[in-house]
Amino acid sequence: MNGESRIPKGAPPAGHRAGIPHYLTLYAALWRNSVIRELGFKVNFLMWIVVEGLWFALQLTFIGVLSLHTESIGSWTKWQVVALVGTSHLIQQLFTAIFLTNLTALSEHIRTGKLDFMLLLPVNTRFLVSFRQVDLGGFVNSAGALCVIGYALHRLGHTPGLAQVAGFLLLVLVGILIHYSLMLMLSATSFWTVRAQGIVWGYYNLFNIARLPDEAFRGAFKAVFTFALPMLLVSNVPVKLLVNKLGSPLEMLLLVALAGIIFAASELLWRTALKRYTSASS
Amino acid sequence: MGKYWHVLNIGLQNTLVYRLNFLFRATFGLIPLIAVISVWRTIYAGKAGGMIASYELAQMVSYYLVITIVDALTGVTEDDWQIAADIKDGNISQFLLKPMDYLTYRLCLFGAGRLVYAAVALVPTTVFIWVLRDSFVLPPDAATAAWFVVSLVLTALMQFLLSFTLALLAFWVLEVATFIFIAFAFEYIAGGHLFPLDLLPPAVAGALDYTPFPYMLFFPVSIWLGRVGGDALWLGVLVQLLWVIAGYALARLVWSRGIRKYSAVGG
Repeated sequence: MNGESRIPKGAPPAGHRAGIPHYLTLYAALWRNSVIRELGFKVNFLMWIVVEGLWFALQLTFIGVLSLHTESIGSWTKWQVVALVGTSHLIQQLFTAIFLTNLTALSEHIRTGKLDFMLLLPVNTRFLVSFRQVDLGGFVNSAGALCVIGYALHRLGHTPGLAQVAGFLLLVLVGILIHYSLMLMLSATSFWTVRAQGIVWGYYNLFNIARLPDEAFRGAFKAVFTFALPMLLVSNVPVKLLVNKLGSPLEMLLLVALAGIIFAASELLWRTALKRYTSASS
Repeated sequence: MGKYWHVLNIGLQNTLVYRLNFLFRATFGLIPLIAVISVWRTIYAGKAGGMIASYELAQMVSYYLVITIVDALTGVTEDDWQIAADIKDGNISQFLLKPMDYLTYRLCLFGAGRLVYAAVALVPTTVFIWVLRDSFVLPPDAATAAWFVVSLVLTALMQFLLSFTLALLAFWVLEVATFIFIAFAFEYIAGGHLFPLDLLPPAVAGALDYTPFPYMLFFPVSIWLGRVGGDALWLGVLVQLLWVIAGYALARLVWSRGIRKYSAVGG
C-alpha cells in the first residue's frame, strides 16, 4: 500500500518516450555494475581468460600440426587459415563479451519467473535481456585474437588497405549480429521447453565450424551452413576481404542480407514467444 | 554389493529422464564431426600419394568415428559438476553417515549415465557411420576387438577418476569450473581428440606418452584401427592399468584430505 503512494502521481512513465541517449545511459550503468562484479572475483576473472586463451591456442596448434603435413587446405594457405581462426575467435569473443551470458541466462529467468520482473521495468525487455551483463574477459581475449590476425597478415606479407580494414571490421560486426540473433532464437526456445540446458552446448557445436575454410565443405552441409545458418560466411567473408580472396563482392552482400533476415526472424520469434509467455508460477 | 546395484538402477532411471537431451547432444555432436572429416577429405584431395603420417583417408575418417564411439562410452559429461555441487551444497554429509562409499556411489552413477547415453547415441551415430561405411575401418580381428573392449573399460575408469579428483578440488576452492576446463583442454589435445597423436613430431609424441592423456582416448582408438600390435598392445594395456591404480590412489588420498577440511556448509 505504502509502496504505491510513494510514486509521484504526475511522473511520466520513465522510458516511455526514451530515445537512444536514455538507453546509452542505461548501458553505461550496466557496464559499471559488471565491472564492479568482476572486481569481486579477480582470480576467477583471470582464470577464465586463461581458459579461453588455452582453447584458442589449441585451435592454432591444430593448424600448426596440419601444416606439418600439408601445404594448404584447398586454396587456403597456412597463415590465411590462421587469420581465419583468429577472426572466428575475435567474433566469438566479442559476442561472448557482450551477449553470451545474458542470452544463456534467459532460460533461467523464465524458469524462475524473474522475467516477470523484467517485463515490468520501463525498458525494452529485449534490450534488458540482451545487454544486462558484460563479460569483460571477452574483450581481453578479443585483443589476443587481433594480435594473432595481425601476425598472420605479417607472415603473409600483406598490408591491407584502409578500406579493407574498415570493411573487415564492419563485417565482423555483422558476424556478431548473426551470432546474437541465432543465439537469441536458440535461447527463446526455453519459452516452450523448460529444460533447455543443452543450449550453450549446441551453440558451441554450431559456431565452431565457423573457423574452418568454407572450401572444405560441399553439398547439403555447405548449403545449410551458408544459406540457412550462415556459419560458413561469418568469419570466412571478412577474412577473404582482408586477404584479397573474395570470389565476388556478392559474398559480402549475401552475408549482410542474411544478417538482416536472421535479425528480423529473431525479432519475430521474440515477439511471438513473449505473447504466449504465461509466467512460471501460474 | 547389493546396495550399489540399487544405485546403478536409480542412476539408470534418473538419466533416462534426459534421453531427449542426450539425443540432441549426440545429434548436434555430429556437426563438428562432419566438419573435421570434410577438412581432412579436402586435405587428402590436394595430397599426392593419399597418405598422411601413415594414415590413409579411410583410416583418418575412421579415427574420428571411433573417437566418437569411445567418447560416448567413456566421456564424463555431468558427473564432475554434480560432484562439485554435492560438496559445495553440503550434500556429501549424508554419505559420511551412511554405510555408502561416495566414490563407488559416483562410479555407479557414471556407469549408469554412460549406458543410457551410449544407448541413445547409438541411433544417430550408427546412421552416420552407415552413411560413411565405405571409409569405416573395423578392427582387423576378434582378438583386437577384445583388447579394444578391455582398453575401453580402463579408459572409462581413467576418465572417471580424473574427473572425480578434479571435482574434489571443490573442498578447497569455490569455483572449480576453470580447473576442469583447463584439464579438459589438455586432455583434448594430448588425448588425441583434435588429431591423431602420431601426426606430432616424434619427440613431442614420445614425451606425451609419459602422461596419462594418450591412454584416455588415443590408445584404445589405435587398437581399433589395428595400429598397435604385438608387445606394444599388452604393454599399453598394462600402462593403462597402472594409471588406473595410480588414479584410484590419488582420488582416495584427495578425498581423505578433503573430508578433513570439509565443514558441511548448509548441510
